[in-house]
Amino acid sequence: MAQAGEDIKKYPGFMGITIFCLLILYAPLIVVMVYSFNESKSITEWQGLSLKWYVDVFVGPESAKFKEAALNSFSIAITAAIAATIIATSAATGMLRGGAFKGRGLSFALINLPLIVPEIVTAVATLIFFSAIGFERGYLTILVAHIAFCIPFAYMPIAARMQGIEDTYEQAALDLYATKAQAFKRVLLPLLMPGVISGFILAFIISLDDFIITNFVKGAGIETLPTAIFGAVKQGIKPNIMAISTMLLGVSIVMVTVSYFVGKSDQKK
Amino acid sequence: MAGGAASGGSAQTDTFKESRTWLLMPSWLVLGFFILIPVLMMLLYSFLTKEFRGGVIWEFSLSAYDQFFFDRGLFGDEEPSIEWTYINIFWRSIWQAGAATILSLLIGFPTAYFIATRPAESRQMWVFLVTIPYWVNLLIRTISMKFLLRDQGPLNDFLMAIGFVDSPVHIINTDFAVQLGLFYSYLPFMVLPIYAAVERYNFSLSEAAADLYATKWQTLRKVLLPAVKPGVIAGCILVFVPSLGSFLAPDLLGGAKNFMIGSLIEEQFKGNAGNWPFGAAASMILLSLVMVILMISARKSNKGGEG
Repeated sequence: MAQAGEDIKKYPGFMGITIFCLLILYAPLIVVMVYSFNESKSITEWQGLSLKWYVDVFVGPESAKFKEAALNSFSIAITAAIAATIIATSAATGMLRGGAFKGRGLSFALINLPLIVPEIVTAVATLIFFSAIGFERGYLTILVAHIAFCIPFAYMPIAARMQGIEDTYEQAALDLYATKAQAFKRVLLPLLMPGVISGFILAFIISLDDFIITNFVKGAGIETLPTAIFGAVKQGIKPNIMAISTMLLGVSIVMVTVSYFVGKSDQKK
Repeated sequence: MAGGAASGGSAQTDTFKESRTWLLMPSWLVLGFFILIPVLMMLLYSFLTKEFRGGVIWEFSLSAYDQFFFDRGLFGDEEPSIEWTYINIFWRSIWQAGAATILSLLIGFPTAYFIATRPAESRQMWVFLVTIPYWVNLLIRTISMKFLLRDQGPLNDFLMAIGFVDSPVHIINTDFAVQLGLFYSYLPFMVLPIYAAVERYNFSLSEAAADLYATKWQTLRKVLLPAVKPGVIAGCILVFVPSLGSFLAPDLLGGAKNFMIGSLIEEQFKGNAGNWPFGAAASMILLSLVMVILMISARKSNKGGEG
């Protein structure tokens, strides 16, 4: 009987399509990773393994440009992710532990606005806004824009986590004469931590990933890694771009894997 | 999942009721100032007069929308007729996004179904495998796709090496390359909601269908698909909407001929020859289109929930 039950779920070819799907997803990334270790200056022919292009990224003629872009990208991503995580944690507490209130639906819509509005529209709107108030475009405009659109990404895992925590813990703390601030800091926040970490990582990756909004609000003198890479690729894909891409790809995969295992270890408890 | 019932009960409590306003204030301020007000200003800008070096003159004008929809000849003095250039760009964006959505559905549905019917322990690992590439920088993914698909690229090398084709298949700078790029960009958005729907599906329904002599494909079409339809619709919207306004895939994989809305908008703001009010108007039209799609789907899913 169990055998028949399992059989009913199976459709011929679905496994094949799944494998094909994973192949499409991973093939381009693997190919670029492999070719980043190519000795050859030409991207078409394979001439043997080499770390030459990685060395080129760090000490080559374009290294200063890439270093600066990397510094901008990472400092913006870290700052934006920290700010977005704090704002999102605070907002989630207000939304889910603040009782019923009139503007709740509206607040929820506002928090999710960056997800609803197409990215290119947010980019245009932000550019227009900074230009209209006469704010010079540069590092600060990128940072502010990133904080804003990272908020919903940080909010999602934090709110999901908070929904799963019963309020009996905080109530117990309050019964034992903890102040509200203590109940939040010593009871709710530690329970919330896995969600906060996932929220931070998500916001960090989203900020590091962003090209379109950054490209609109960055102004002339400043580059982040995606805008620098985009500019370089306009003249054709060069091996040093593949080396940078591989490194950035590594950062993303490590971060996501960490986030996955944080979530997993937490479930086991 | 102990959270199912519990989360419903504790979803909304009032432990921190007094500080609610202060807790929500930062998000209101940041999102209000840097997302909501900018969008409203963009609406305003779409009704202003263009300045030739980018920017605007503060004078009310309908010329941005007029330019979008009507052709008044080179000197603007002819009888207006419909201007097809921009409508066609929107139309081809809808078509490209639609094709990418169908492609994602054809590959994403079986994948989601396959994952949802794995043993519970390994499901998470499969979902993780499908989502990893999504977290890799979109620009890098698109460049990788371009690298793979080139005429002298690894895919063509491979196809020629196995004797499948004699000369390189020309993929880059075609519509199909853009569709493939969009598919690659947003596939996890298709897989995840369908996966969630299939995971909740009660397979005794399929067994009942089989007992009543339905074939497997009849069961799929008449029993499973209607049951997981909300997941399928959610997946389609989540792929279609970002595809519609995408910039990187058409720009890098489509070449100059395969213009989409995103490129049209970008062109108005980058460089000096741009027309800001026109770019703002095109953005407003795109935003309205997205809002309409989202509202229709929200209404549909509400009805489905009641019924």
